[in-house]
Amino acid sequence: MIELRSLTYSYGLGAPIFQDYNWKVARGEAWAVLGPSGCGKTTLLYLLAGLRRPSVGEVLVDGDPLTRPRPQTGLILQDYGLLPWATVRQNAELGLQVRSFYGPDGKHVPQDYRTDTLVDPWLERLGLSSLGDKYPGQISGGQRQRTAIARTLALNPDLLLMDEPFSSLDAPTRESLQNLTLELQAEQGLTLVIVTHAIEEAAILGRKILLLSYPPNTHSAVFENPGAGQAGYRDSIEYLHLCRELRACMGKEPESHT
Amino acid sequence: MRRRDLLIAVVALLVLWQLASLLVNQAILPSPIIVGRVFVQELRSDLLGHFLVSLWRVIASTLLAIALAAPAGLVLGQYRWLNNLFSPLIYLIYPVPKVVFVPIVLLFFGLGDTPKIVIIFLILFFQILVLVRDQAVNLRPELIQSVCSLGAGRRAIFRFVYLPASLPAILTALRQSVGTAVAVLYIAELYATQKGLGYYIYLNGSTLLNYPAMYAGIVAMSVLGLGLYFTVDWLERRICPWQFAH
Repeated sequence: MIELRSLTYSYGLGAPIFQDYNWKVARGEAWAVLGPSGCGKTTLLYLLAGLRRPSVGEVLVDGDPLTRPRPQTGLILQDYGLLPWATVRQNAELGLQVRSFYGPDGKHVPQDYRTDTLVDPWLERLGLSSLGDKYPGQISGGQRQRTAIARTLALNPDLLLMDEPFSSLDAPTRESLQNLTLELQAEQGLTLVIVTHAIEEAAILGRKILLLSYPPNTHSAVFENPGAGQAGYRDSIEYLHLCRELRACMGKEPESHT
Repeated sequence: MRRRDLLIAVVALLVLWQLASLLVNQAILPSPIIVGRVFVQELRSDLLGHFLVSLWRVIASTLLAIALAAPAGLVLGQYRWLNNLFSPLIYLIYPVPKVVFVPIVLLFFGLGDTPKIVIIFLILFFQILVLVRDQAVNLRPELIQSVCSLGAGRRAIFRFVYLPASLPAILTALRQSVGTAVAVLYIAELYATQKGLGYYIYLNGSTLLNYPAMYAGIVAMSVLGLGLYFTVDWLERRICPWQFAH
């Protein structure tokens, strides 16, 4: 579904973060992108989102070069993604409003967009129905992130990109939202790419894990993690082994594990 | 603030005024009872007309300032190179007390409403411009990007992010400068006009020596300032309820 082909990216005239970099993501896969701060994780996600353009090479989505954000891609950021002046309901409806604003033009909005799409099933699914009239400043971090998820999923995306989505949350909330993400990924058949600096989170959410190192990234280690998403995986021995392995590799020079 | 407390404060002020007028015991400080009676009488003759002229001048200049400063602030806030170009100019002009321009504006715009509207416009324009610009500049890039990711292009970003973000800035600017605007209106109405509360106060105080009427004019001017302040307050609660939700 996604292909990075000989991609080079640098900020301005600085040293490249990615150099002649290749990567492929198949439809329906769940990837975690792991790496230390400053390794280019967020940059990679923004490249996939179409919010940044590669300096050299290309990002292909379904075979087409990505030149602008694509309407079927959902992006969820760590925080600050909600409009502070809009209620939970209005925030969740924002994507739909943007779609109605443009109409199904095929550029900002998919051509098959139905204007009667409702956000209520998503508010209900994410346990936000009773908070519809609250403002982001009045609800907890976990509820804010649920709102962002509702807003994104209401647009019926096929690709979900998440940038450190749960890192500012407390542990129980984080765990429950991780489980929710896995459920939704399976239920909606989403292709998921989640960026994180937390080894445990990568091992829970990524059935494949891409380990970035300090720039320039030319090729990266990929870890297979087929058990992710299964019940009880958090307590399994495979999970603990993988975490140990990832911890040992993080920050080292890349080598092939596939 | 509760209504009852506000009412008590009004009564306390009136009592203080009454006591002061008893102590001073001169024509230059009539009691609030006399002033109240004259206020009602004058309202029936020509005070209301002067009040409405002053009100019109403030409203017209406020609307004009919003209409020009808010879009300008939004544009400056969105384009860094434009902001870099204009910010030294704004930096220099912004802190200058605009009241010193009164004589110049009078020279250029002569008699009537125009110079008064222009001078209040100048005060409000820079206040709104700076606050809206800063609001737009300070919108977090994450917020813009996440709205972009919902498919929003420049037009939708403007409609769903910049426009609603500028409303509280406009209202804050009005709240901060409406008092100054009325004060400067008073100064401006001392010259080259025969209408407006400033003229009315000056005429009764210095020419006719009708002190109760002068005080009635001062009360009317206070009502104008307070009324505008309360209106901004009310609008803020109506338009920006999220700022008051905890």
